[in-house]
Amino acid sequence: MDSALALHRFHFAFTITFHYLFAQLSMGLALLIFVLKSMALKTGDERYNSAARFWTKIFAITFAIGVVTGIPMEFQFGTNWSSFAKFAGGVIGQTLAMEGVFAFFLESSFVGLLLYGEERLGPKLHWLASLLLFAGTWLSGFFIVATDAWMQHPVAYGGGRQGVVLESFWGLILNPWTFWMYLHNMIGTVVTAAFVMASAGAFYLLSRRQEEYGRIFVRVGVIAATIASVAMLFPTGDRQGVMIARHQPATLAAMEGLFETTRGAPVAILGQPDMNRRRLDNPLVVPRALSFLTYQQWAAEVKGLDAFPPEKQPDNVALLYYSYHIMVGLGTIFIAVTLVSAFLLWRRRLYDSRPWLWVLMLSLPFPFIANTAGWMTAELGRQPWLVYGLMRTSEGPSMRVSSGNTLFTLIGFMGMYTVLAMLFLFLTRREFEHGPDPAATLVSPGGGQASTHAGLDARGEF
Amino acid sequence: MGTLWYCLVAIMIAGYVILDGFDLGAGILHFCVGRTESQRRRVIKSIGPVWDGNEVWLLAGGGTLYFAFPALYASSFSGFYLPLMMVLWLLILRGVAIEFRNHLEGDLWRPFFDAIFTAASSLLAIFFGAALGNVVRGVPLDASGAFFLPLWTDFRTGKDVGILDWYTVLIGLLAFFTLAAHGAFWIALKTEDLLQHRARIVAKWAWGAIALLTAAATIATLQVQPLVLYNLTTHVWGWVFPDLALAGLIAMLIFLLRGDDLKAFLSSCAFIAGMLTSAVFGIYPYVLPSNTDPKLGLTIASAQTAPYGLSVALAWWIPGMILVVAYSVFIYRHFAGKVRLEEEGY
Repeated sequence: MDSALALHRFHFAFTITFHYLFAQLSMGLALLIFVLKSMALKTGDERYNSAARFWTKIFAITFAIGVVTGIPMEFQFGTNWSSFAKFAGGVIGQTLAMEGVFAFFLESSFVGLLLYGEERLGPKLHWLASLLLFAGTWLSGFFIVATDAWMQHPVAYGGGRQGVVLESFWGLILNPWTFWMYLHNMIGTVVTAAFVMASAGAFYLLSRRQEEYGRIFVRVGVIAATIASVAMLFPTGDRQGVMIARHQPATLAAMEGLFETTRGAPVAILGQPDMNRRRLDNPLVVPRALSFLTYQQWAAEVKGLDAFPPEKQPDNVALLYYSYHIMVGLGTIFIAVTLVSAFLLWRRRLYDSRPWLWVLMLSLPFPFIANTAGWMTAELGRQPWLVYGLMRTSEGPSMRVSSGNTLFTLIGFMGMYTVLAMLFLFLTRREFEHGPDPAATLVSPGGGQASTHAGLDARGEF
Repeated sequence: MGTLWYCLVAIMIAGYVILDGFDLGAGILHFCVGRTESQRRRVIKSIGPVWDGNEVWLLAGGGTLYFAFPALYASSFSGFYLPLMMVLWLLILRGVAIEFRNHLEGDLWRPFFDAIFTAASSLLAIFFGAALGNVVRGVPLDASGAFFLPLWTDFRTGKDVGILDWYTVLIGLLAFFTLAAHGAFWIALKTEDLLQHRARIVAKWAWGAIALLTAAATIATLQVQPLVLYNLTTHVWGWVFPDLALAGLIAMLIFLLRGDDLKAFLSSCAFIAGMLTSAVFGIYPYVLPSNTDPKLGLTIASAQTAPYGLSVALAWWIPGMILVVAYSVFIYRHFAGKVRLEEEGY
């Protein structure tokens, strides 16, 4: 691989992966904060408002890092991928511009009101602010997924090798690929946020403090995580798989590690792709399952990698295979963990079951890994195409930006993001240590949290 | 249709510079007008709820530029690779400094974040000015419409230019003082007492620098980019743009001396809008002129996307921007008035 191309690819992969750690948490939390605000409004129970206030603070830290690491993403289409930007701008420029106009203004306006406006807005308008913030973050997700869906499955375009032009606005927005991908992606963010919430609740219950809020977090987190984890497999994950089988058969073969075209193809649960001998080492398989899952027939033929010429196969089969298997493996574990948790919650045994609370608390990092692996599956699976069937990844970068300059900025981003990660961990740890404030406390614009912290516990109501 | 989007993109960029300009300006002055913790808290609080929304104008403007003129976006973003990456790093540092300084207790780290906030804001103002200078001067585009500029070469405006030469540095300095004054008017508008007093003094000094630099920049621009004078002589109505800037500049001083902070701030908005529209009008019909061969410059016609995309986008852009204005008005009204700290006097 040409070194400038490899650096441009790694530049984008690194910055988007880092950004999405925060974006997934803030999109998922936006929904859960809205749920907490709705419960507060419906039940009149002030604890839900305090819980929402606490998570809004976590949201604000996450959102701030999401914003500052998100700006480089929009820039990089032009800075590092200008050939692609010029080629595809006629189509994806629409969705990216719409994200700015419809989503960014909405979320940036209402995050301030949610944080600082509770006193002046009153409960109903404040609830509305949480709804609009949720709408803003999820709209943002929609336009990005719609952009990526077009790269996976280009529709509604005309033109040729020089560049594409938009031919149908609604065709672009209603791209069939977008629908399931969007749902799968957004429910994935809910899995992350719900596990974070349940994990925080388990942390409080295990350390025997903030136990009232610990129970709220565990309850809301577990219920949301159960629904979301199941919905990740069916219908959203299943429908995605069917689309990939139909439109990206080489991708399916690489994801499954299927080197040879097979009748009654198995699903590999474990095993390492051996790229030299073109086979799976140490395989643990479920016979005929892949044929059934893909075509609903146990004996159906599934095309293996041998059915595709090398220049139409994903260029990193092993990494794609592992990404896919990590995503599916973790997804399956999430379903098991959440179903057991939901059962214990129903039997009223969860709050006292310390071993299981430990499981919940330690589950924190895994949804982030699963979401990252999911995106890697989508993007590595699209290779060697940048726009599937239309433009190869090797044709996409900025031809005038040298590998030396790309390496310079890559190193710069790595240093910068290391500092951001440390800041994030430091600040969120402080918030978790402090915990939710028991009484209604309001925060002033641009700060004041720090100094209000000190005097709060004294006027607690509980 | 292309010219309409040229104007709309120009409006969004002007919107960005005017709105994010005052919080950049407040950042430039933050370290020097705010001497105590309570003063600095008030400076931050005056921009706290709005700075992020202001910065979105950059993203929305960039997005609009991308969809309407993909070839311009591709060419300029890859050509200005290094300075844009530095702008990104500065935006990251600045955002983090604003949002996180108040999360920290004690006196150790706050001045550190304050210094970062001021340094990043100052450099951003200079970079944005220099970027405008580069666009007006033109860049060495090749036949495919691509270029790549190093940060600097010999600081002259010949054929082998860098991002920084004497002309773009001049425009960068002008932007620095313009936004410093803009921020000073905002601080004066939003605060009282000593802070307001200091902001007004800074604004007076900055005004002097702006007046001098504007005169110098005008002369230099006419030299560096002959197209500006050509456009002004062939389309006489175009004088409204430089006239608007001049009126804004004079009004700024008058209202500053009268102590009318709101009108001085609005005059500063007019000055910025006048300067930017003069530049945009001056290089029309180019979106990115060439400094080597005029035929290689990117024009509206050569950079725009297909007509269907441009017309269908009006259907979402207009309602979208009406919504943006609606909640911007709501937010600014919600947080209107002088900022005060709850625990004032502790």
